[in-house]
Amino acid sequence: MRNIVSGLLRLRRGPWEMLATILIALGVFMLMQPFAIGLYSYSFIVTLVGTVMFIIVSHFPE
Amino acid sequence: MSLSPLTRVAAATPDGIARKIRGLSDRTIAWIFVAPTIFLLLAVNIFPLIWTIRLSFTNFRVNRPNNAVEWVGLENYRRILSDPTVWQTMQATAHFLIWTITLQVLIGFALAFLINKKFRGNDMWTTIIVFPMMLSPAVVGNFWTFLYQPQIGLFNYVVEFLTGADPASFSMIGDVNLAPWAIIIADTWMWTPFVMLICLAGLRSIPDSIYEAAECDRASAWRQFWTITLPMALPFLMLAVLFRGIENFKMFDLVVQLTGGGPGNTTTLTSIDLKREAFEKWRTGYSSAYAVMLFVTVFGLASIYVKALNKVKER
Repeated sequence: MRNIVSGLLRLRRGPWEMLATILIALGVFMLMQPFAIGLYSYSFIVTLVGTVMFIIVSHFPE
Repeated sequence: MSLSPLTRVAAATPDGIARKIRGLSDRTIAWIFVAPTIFLLLAVNIFPLIWTIRLSFTNFRVNRPNNAVEWVGLENYRRILSDPTVWQTMQATAHFLIWTITLQVLIGFALAFLINKKFRGNDMWTTIIVFPMMLSPAVVGNFWTFLYQPQIGLFNYVVEFLTGADPASFSMIGDVNLAPWAIIIADTWMWTPFVMLICLAGLRSIPDSIYEAAECDRASAWRQFWTITLPMALPFLMLAVLFRGIENFKMFDLVVQLTGGGPGNTTTLTSIDLKREAFEKWRTGYSSAYAVMLFVTVFGLASIYVKALNKVKER
């Protein structure tokens, strides 16, 4: 856990990519889940933030 | 002495142009060759994408080109993301995606595993299995419509043979609960051979020496499968899932031919809904926002998937 936080603070690719991946997966789940329309409403912004973040952080150093 | 065509072309080139070409660096010549492709990509892919994003913030309707186009900001996105019908469409797409990919991967890998064994008529069976993939989706949709007919369709009689249910008592494409499964069965029938072919390529790339070494170590067939076959075929399996996932997210023709999105909205997938918004209701701005949403979703999913695929390949 400490490694992940340290990686995030030092702008390392691994932890940031993991965070972006979690956001994209969460966004897609929110988009297609059948439980709450509230989650569906915020799904696109979560996916968009995750995708843009993924594109940016894939240029961070290892 | 006869001159070669190249020499004749060189001789025919005016002195001014020839001097200019001789003065070009390798880098410039490379750019001259690549430029038409880059221009085409920009014109065919990038420009429409940027134009769609721009339209998604307007109330433009393509059937009323003379109307004033108003900038509506995020209104189209807000409407899509609060529309229960679109939400239902997303759920139908998720149901279709999850089940088609699961079934196609399981059956496709099992078939590849069997076909990979040496037996008589191996090539003939491969050809027979691959046959559905060669057909047009419209043709497949059409004949599955006949197969699903409650009175004359073969499918209901097979179900009767297996379960004893009366063939006239249910309709695969007319029943709200069965129609989503009808499109899953038809798509699985058509595209499992594609997954099988990719898996077969993966299985055939595994060297026999690894299995021979495992035999020497007295590894059981089960152990060989879990420690050699599956890990080495995994990148190919993941590639098949990526291809089928993207394709099925865009699924249109087969489902339109089979159910037309009905009954009700139960088989209305996102691409069908998008087409209705864009070319039946002519809400171009709204449908552009819809398309941008789907693009971001597929792009995000494909990005994390490609990353996972590269990690598996590195192992």
